[in-house]
Amino acid sequence: MIEVENLSKKYGNNYAVRNLSFSIKKGEILGFLGPNGAGKTTTMRILTCYLPATEGSARVAGFDVFKESLQVRKRIGYLPEHPPLYREMPVTSFLDFVARIKGVPRKRRKERIEYVARRCRLEDVKNRLIQHLSKGYRQRVGLAAALIHDPEILILDEPTIGLDPKQIIEIRELIRELAGEHTVILSTHILPEVTQTCQRILIINEGKVVAEDSFENLSDQLRQAERVSVRVKRDDPAIAERLRAIPGVVKVTAVQAGDGTYAIESSLDVDVREDVARMVVGENWGLLEMRPVRMSMEDIFLKLTTVEEDVASEEKQ
Amino acid sequence: MRNIWAILLRELKAYFVSPIAYVFTVVFLVVSGFFFFSILQWFNMQCMQFMQYPQYAKELNINEMVMRPLFHNMSVVFLMVIPFLTMRLFSEERRSGTDELLLTSPVTMNQIILGKFLGGISAVLLILLLTGLYPLFAFKYSSPEVGPILSGYIGLLLLAASFIPIGMLCSALTENQIVAAVLTFGVLLIFWVIGWSAESASYSAREIIQYMSITDHLEELTKGVIDTKDIVFYVSFSVFGLFLTKMALESRRWR
Repeated sequence: MIEVENLSKKYGNNYAVRNLSFSIKKGEILGFLGPNGAGKTTTMRILTCYLPATEGSARVAGFDVFKESLQVRKRIGYLPEHPPLYREMPVTSFLDFVARIKGVPRKRRKERIEYVARRCRLEDVKNRLIQHLSKGYRQRVGLAAALIHDPEILILDEPTIGLDPKQIIEIRELIRELAGEHTVILSTHILPEVTQTCQRILIINEGKVVAEDSFENLSDQLRQAERVSVRVKRDDPAIAERLRAIPGVVKVTAVQAGDGTYAIESSLDVDVREDVARMVVGENWGLLEMRPVRMSMEDIFLKLTTVEEDVASEEKQ
Repeated sequence: MRNIWAILLRELKAYFVSPIAYVFTVVFLVVSGFFFFSILQWFNMQCMQFMQYPQYAKELNINEMVMRPLFHNMSVVFLMVIPFLTMRLFSEERRSGTDELLLTSPVTMNQIILGKFLGGISAVLLILLLTGLYPLFAFKYSSPEVGPILSGYIGLLLLAASFIPIGMLCSALTENQIVAAVLTFGVLLIFWVIGWSAESASYSAREIIQYMSITDHLEELTKGVIDTKDIVFYVSFSVFGLFLTKMALESRRWR
């Protein structure tokens, strides 16, 4: 549905996006992650034909974003980070205006406006001026405007920003519902959102792709070390050193001083759990808890965007 | 065409839900009304003075002595108020991020520009219709000629059509509406007064400078003479302004 090849965008002498390549299949939800200034918004703006790329090409639904931009724009629904709304207009007139410029035929306009208003729960505020709406409602008006022409592709730039928890859940459900009939790109800072909503994750940093896969695969790939968390009843300053002595253990850290919880890291190929359990029981420290630790989305994100060299070397292997 | 119409309608609505259109209309009507009143009063005094001299009374002409100065005064008021009508056209879109909506929709840059231009023209047209009250007064108490009045209005509309693209260009250059308005006013003023320097210029330059002056072309139209030379001037001035606006908007995307 979307193919991006070696896309670069320069502002002055700085690359905002550099040699970006990725593709999205029909009906997929792609999570687009990256720290601030990573080039997420720039990439989305190129895909929506708002900005021309400096180099490289992007095709949306088979149309080139530069050469056949009108065809692309007909097929894309875009919700920018700050929803573009005419504040002086009532919600319904605004949606009507958007429907007109998006080329919704006159006969279907009323029906589409009602449909998106229902879908985004806007019925109560239909006739209010947009400038009098709360941030959450404005966000939903923006989403309704992006959906009005029933686009094949939806591009959402941080759609849940500024919403309360209940609204966030509603919007995420809505996005999940929309997948299948629409292809969705979702950019976000909120990491759990990606694990909950997206099938595939694309992480970019400094304008380059650092990882692209499903959450499970990413998490497996990045587990350079097995981690085990152990909690003992009778804490002793010597415990950490004793555990460190077990063959295969790389690092032992006390998670909270005096709590008796230790995080044990070992090299990938060795399973130290048996030895750890034997020692804790044998020494009669009082085993309370022992569990393997998986990397969370935050860990993956930080790992990929802060220690880039490690990932690069890992990829070579 | 449908896209242009949608943008035109939105522009007009935007004028009339904000105070801009009302302030614009009121200021324009009050100022031009004052001019009409004072010109008429002067004309009345002339009439009374020349009543005893029938041979001079023939020289008194309401078209020449009331309507024509009125059109000139209205054109000066346009110079002052049109920058405020056009200042928001692109700068506000850019500041509030709504240009992102327009430019990612299946509408072309030409459609956006034409929609906004025609929106501005429609606003001016509505206000000019309201000033139709003054000639109506003239018809009630006298018998002026219709032709020169119509051609005068055509002239004012053409004048507005050449002012608005300048305003659009300035608005496209900046996010700040005040900057856009001041810039527009400055550019329009230059084109207004450029004719004054013609007298001191050498012959060949004089012709060119005279031709560039926006006001000189209104001269004939208010007399009732519709000359293609003037029409061509206003239309090409307008089209060139719209073209520059397009260039300004396009170049902004490439930066």
